[in-house]
Parts: sequence; structure tokens; C-alpha cells
Amino acid sequence: MIRLFVPKDVSALAVGADRVAKALTQQAGEGVQIVRTGSRGMTWLEPMVEVETPEGRIAYGPVTPADVPGLLAAGLLSGADHPLRIGRPEDHPFMVRQTRLTFARCGIVDPLSLDDYRAHGGLEGLTKALAMGPEAVVAEVTASGLRGRGGAGFPTGIKWKTVAEATADRKYIVCNADEGDSGTFADRMVLEGDPFCLIEGMVIAGLAVGATKGFVYSRSEYPHANVTFTEALILAREAGLIGPDVLGSGRSFELELRVGAGAYVCGEETALLESLEGKRGMVRAKPPLPAHVGLFGKPTVINNLVSLASVPVILAKGAKAYADYGLGRSRGTMPIQIAGNAKYTGLFEAAFGITLGEIIETVAGGTLSGRPVKAVQCGGPLGAYFPPSLFDTAYDYEAFTARDGLIGHGGIVVFDDSVQMGAQARFAMEFCAIESCGKCTPCRIGSTRGVEVIDKIMAGTERAANMAVLEDLCQTLKYGSLCALGGFTPYPVMSAVRHFPGDFNGSGINAKVPAE
Amino acid sequence: MASKTTNLVADWDPNRAAEIISAHLGLEGPALPILHGLQAAFGCVPSEAIPMVAKALNRSRAEIHGVVTFYHDFREAPAGKTVVKLCRAEACQAVGGREAASFLLASLGIGWGETTPDGAVTVEAVYCLGLCAAAPAALVNGQPHGRLDGMSLIEAVAEETQP
Ligand SMILES: Cc1cc2nc3c(=O)[nH]c(=O)nc-3n(C[C@H](O)[C@H](O)[C@H](O)COP(=O)(O)O)c2cc1C
Ligand code: SF4
Ligand code: FES
Repeated sequence: MIRLFVPKDVSALAVGADRVAKALTQQAGEGVQIVRTGSRGMTWLEPMVEVETPEGRIAYGPVTPADVPGLLAAGLLSGADHPLRIGRPEDHPFMVRQTRLTFARCGIVDPLSLDDYRAHGGLEGLTKALAMGPEAVVAEVTASGLRGRGGAGFPTGIKWKTVAEATADRKYIVCNADEGDSGTFADRMVLEGDPFCLIEGMVIAGLAVGATKGFVYSRSEYPHANVTFTEALILAREAGLIGPDVLGSGRSFELELRVGAGAYVCGEETALLESLEGKRGMVRAKPPLPAHVGLFGKPTVINNLVSLASVPVILAKGAKAYADYGLGRSRGTMPIQIAGNAKYTGLFEAAFGITLGEIIETVAGGTLSGRPVKAVQCGGPLGAYFPPSLFDTAYDYEAFTARDGLIGHGGIVVFDDSVQMGAQARFAMEFCAIESCGKCTPCRIGSTRGVEVIDKIMAGTERAANMAVLEDLCQTLKYGSLCALGGFTPYPVMSAVRHFPGDFNGSGINAKVPAE
Repeated sequence: MASKTTNLVADWDPNRAAEIISAHLGLEGPALPILHGLQAAFGCVPSEAIPMVAKALNRSRAEIHGVVTFYHDFREAPAGKTVVKLCRAEACQAVGGREAASFLLASLGIGWGETTPDGAVTVEAVYCLGLCAAAPAALVNGQPHGRLDGMSLIEAVAEETQP
């Protein structure tokens, strides 16, 4: 039996993976099995087809249905040469430079096979956790240096300790999978490509803090991920990984998937809890912290999906092995997501400390258009635009903060020199206006004013005076907002103004660099 | 091979609504699952359903109305037969998303959030589909499409709307 692997990750489906799988099924003949996997994260090569050979898995991509007859004729099934042949994915420069810990299995295993999961190191972390006991698990996560991958970078171990020490009749683990940041898809790739890893991480969290119920809050924009994860939950329950007696330990942990309804602000942890409770997604004032008064008023661990999915490997390999990667107070690895106008787009998991320039120029290979890079937006819609002059910034929480930026959830969106930064600043304000929960006046009203002021600046109306108004407005947003939606919108706006003043010279929002 | 997945929506039926509501009452925090269930059945959250949900959850009608209006997904009337969820966010902007969107909207003669007069197509703005490494991207009746430009976007929509 020859095995072919074709991703069913939605990014591969979006570029025709199902049509390729169908052509292969029809044309490859008897004795060929097609396994649908997640994505390796080399998205620019999707749909990427792999064949199992004695030398390992050999990849081809990007494959179209029209390529299939030629590929088969050339000897795809034995890994033979062809212009689309990539070789072993792990030998590809994009992969060689990575440190795959959290994403070690993604794109390799059948996401809905627990046997495959076990065969690739799955459940080692949970098995150790059960043997260690709750306090030791919390200590291990603390020692790993893991910080929240959702954006704020709060130490995960400390959060868990607070919940572990709280006394209550009921506690919850909530996974924040409301991945709303543009340019990010790491949570989605785990849900689709390695869902048991998240389940394992949440079960460990439950055991560690004494919680018996978990929720995964995903997004309606991720219908494929939600289907896969729902199936994974059924399989996990059947196998006793979740339920009244986790792997025969006598401990119980129930897990449910919930889906949001198109509100970016519900990614903010307290708005997310409100939403889970069935309310409007309004941000709560802190304190009290969710660790003390969280879901339904009970102590709650709320963590980003990548934070939780990194726990199994931390326990399996040990805190030290994880903490050995990284720089300063940023330990371990980060799944960096390269998107937009880049030649090599996808997911790049690397130890902290790599420079932004290395990521853009070497890993991402510059722009897809071949034109010069003008700006990169890091950390989603609330993150700053960095010009190439800041490409020496190390990928590290503190180094980014020092440059008025944030790494956020790890998204990097590349723009070439045809981008008009006034339009980007305007969009940041517009997005804030659309997604504001409405609790704070600067965010609710100020963002709409921001759009108007930028329009005036771009039209050349009282430019200097309106620039001052814009600066002022940003200060008000920064200091008068309850959460980072209002509070951080000034980052993309002011970084655009500061680094690209020429784009705000009043020559209109559509003024573009002439195309070659 | 994209299967035709045109939204099939049922006419208002209070018994069906009651069933959907009661099916979720055992959940912790059942409101969103109920509203999603109603919209899946009726193509929107019908105004007739709001007092029923309020009563079942022991909350005021105003509160439930407030929840429905807070979330961008919940509709007060059904959308067109084909729903295009088109990403407006930054990674898509970086590779021509704005231009592709303008091209589609102009060719349909509608704006964001609007439905063509014949009820065939609704175009909704979404902010990131997680397809940012294969941008610009859209979901057309739930089917994902990436690396779009104006022409391929129109083709993707046509594929779903042709009988
Ligand atoms: C407007 C806004 C949107 C957010 N969106 C997300 C999100 O989509 N995913 C996420 O994990 N955290 C998001 N956060 C951060 C969460 O509030 C919170 O810090 C995080 O879930 C904590 O988990 P972590 O410590 O594992 O990162 C958002 C914050 C704000 C202010
Ligand atoms: S800053 Fe905006 S989104 Fe955040 S709490 Fe205030 S109004 Fe709501
Ligand atoms: S920004 Fe468009 S899919 Fe993510």
C-alpha cells in the first residue's frame, strides 16, 4: 500500500486541495491510500502532496489537478523527479530553520487518528502530568517560562497557580481560539491539523488547577476547523481522554466547543467570558481577574490556544528543554505567521530572538510582487507598522515593546511599496469603530472621529492642525480605553504617521507609487 | 467539485423554534448556541423567536434583542441565496484584496452587507478568515477560496449561483 498525503487544512482547500485529492483518487490506481492531513505550514506551496517512500516523505507542490497525470507519469508514487518536486519537507530551508515543538505533528499526522497522535509523542505530556501531580505540573509550566501567546504575554504558570490556589466548588479552563487578528492562523492550524494536542493541553490544565470543565471558544469564520475539532472531541471522549475518568485516572474533565458570532472584541478575555455566558461581548473591568472571578463567577484559567497546545510538549520534554530556547524573558518558541505580500507565506515556528529582518528577508523571501518591502505590520490589527529601518528588532516581547510595537499572537503582514500608509491608518481607526464594544467613549466615538480626521489630512485640509488633532485623539484612546482595542489602535496609526510621513502629505488616499 | 451549498432556509415555524431552543437548554450559557441554531434553520434570528428565547432563558426580551444585535453574524432577515464572506483585513489588503472586493461589488452593483435585488447574492465583510497566507480570501457559501483577484472572485461566486 502506497500512502499519499494531501492536506485538508482550509488554506489548502482554498487553493484546490480537494480537487487534487479527487484527481489522485481517480488516477493513482489500486493500492494507493490518500491520507488527509493538516498543513505543514508552507502555505505558498499548497496544495502540497506528499508520498511515503523508503527515503521518507517526498513533497510536490503547488499541485493543480491538471498536474496530476504528469506527476503520476513521472513517478510521483516512488518520489521521482519532477519540476514540482520539493524533496523531503524537513530538508526544505523554510523547515530547516525552524524549531517545531508546538507544531511538531501538524501536517504530518492524520489529525483524527489517536493512534497516529500517540505514535508521534502524543499523550506523553499528560501521562507525565498524571504521575507528577498538580503542584509539580504548575511548577513545570512556570519553570518553562511560557508566556501567553494570545498577545499580552502574561506568564502562564503564574496564572495557573492563582487558579490552583483559589477555592471554589467549580473551576473552568477556557481556550481562547477567537483568533481575530488579521495575519494569524496558528490556532486554526492546530484545530485542523493536531486537535488532540489542544485537548491534551486543556486536560493537563484542568488536572493542574482542579478544574473539571473546559470550553474552547472558536470563531464562526473557522467553519472547517470547528468541524474537525468537533470530530476530535467525539473521538477523545470515546477513547476516555476526556470524560468522567481521564485515561483511567479517576479524574474527570469535560470539554465543549463553542463558536462566536463575528465580534473581534470577544477575543478579549473578559468579553469572551461574557459571550460564553450568553451576553453581549462587553469588556469587564479588572480586577477581579478571571483567575478569581471568571466564567459564571468561578475561578477560570483563560489561555490562548497556542499557550495551551504548548503545554504537552513542555511536560513531555521537560521545562528546561523548552526554556533553553529563546532570549531574555521570552522563552521557548513562537509560531510566527507570515502573511500578505510575502514570497514564502506560512507558519514558521522559531525560538525567540531571530530578527525581524531575518524573518522578512530570508525566511519570507521578501515580497511576492518582487517590489521592495515598504512596511510590515506585526501583531495583528492593533500592532505597529515597522519600516525596514527597524528590521534589526529581535523577535522578543520586550524588544518589540521598546519600539512601540507588539508581537501579539505572532502575525506578520508584509506590504510592498504600493501600499499607501494613510489608507492603512484610516483602516485601523475604521476597524476600531466597527469592532468597539461601546463601553468607552474614546473607543466608541473617537475612532469614528479618527477616520474623519485622517480623511481631512489625506485631502490636504488644514493638514498641520488635523495632524495635531490626530495625535491628541491617539493619546486619548491610549489612556482612556478599558482594553487594548481602543488602547492599542494608536499603534498602527501613529507608527504609520511616524515612519511614513510622506504618505500623509495631503495628496489623497489613493495616491499610489506608480506601478512599473 | 465545490458542491452547491446554497443556503436552504425554512419558513418561520414556532414549533421548530421551540425544539431548537429546548434542545440547547441543558448547556451552560445556552444563548449563543440557541441563536446559532435558529439562524441555521431560518437563515436569520426571526423577531418572533426573541420572546421565546427570553422566556426560556428567564431573561428580558430587550436583553436577548441586545445580544442578537451585538454580534455581526446574527441577521434580522435572511441573506441572499449565495453568501460571500469576503475578507477586508490587512493581509488580504496587502495582495490586492481591496481591488478584488471593489471589482466584485461593482459587478454586482451592491455595497458591503447588501444583497442583489434578485436576492441571489449577499456580500458580507469579514475581518480575517485565517487564510492570510493564501490571500486575498473569501468563503462563498462556506467554500474557501484563496489567492483571489477580481476575476477569480467573480468566477467563484458564479460557480455557486449558476443553476
Ligand atoms: C481586542 C482584543 C482582542 C483579543 N483577541 C485575542 C484573541 O483572538 N486570541 C487570544 O488568545 N487573545 C486575544 N486577546 C488577549 C486576551 O485578552 C488574553 O490576554 C488572552 O486570551 C490570555 O491568554 P494567554 O495568556 O494564553 O495569551 C485579545 C485582547 C484584546 C484586547
Ligand atoms: S476600549 Fe473599546 S472595545 Fe475595549 S472596553 Fe473600551 S469600548 Fe470596549
Ligand atoms: S487577513 Fe484576510 S484572511 Fe486573514
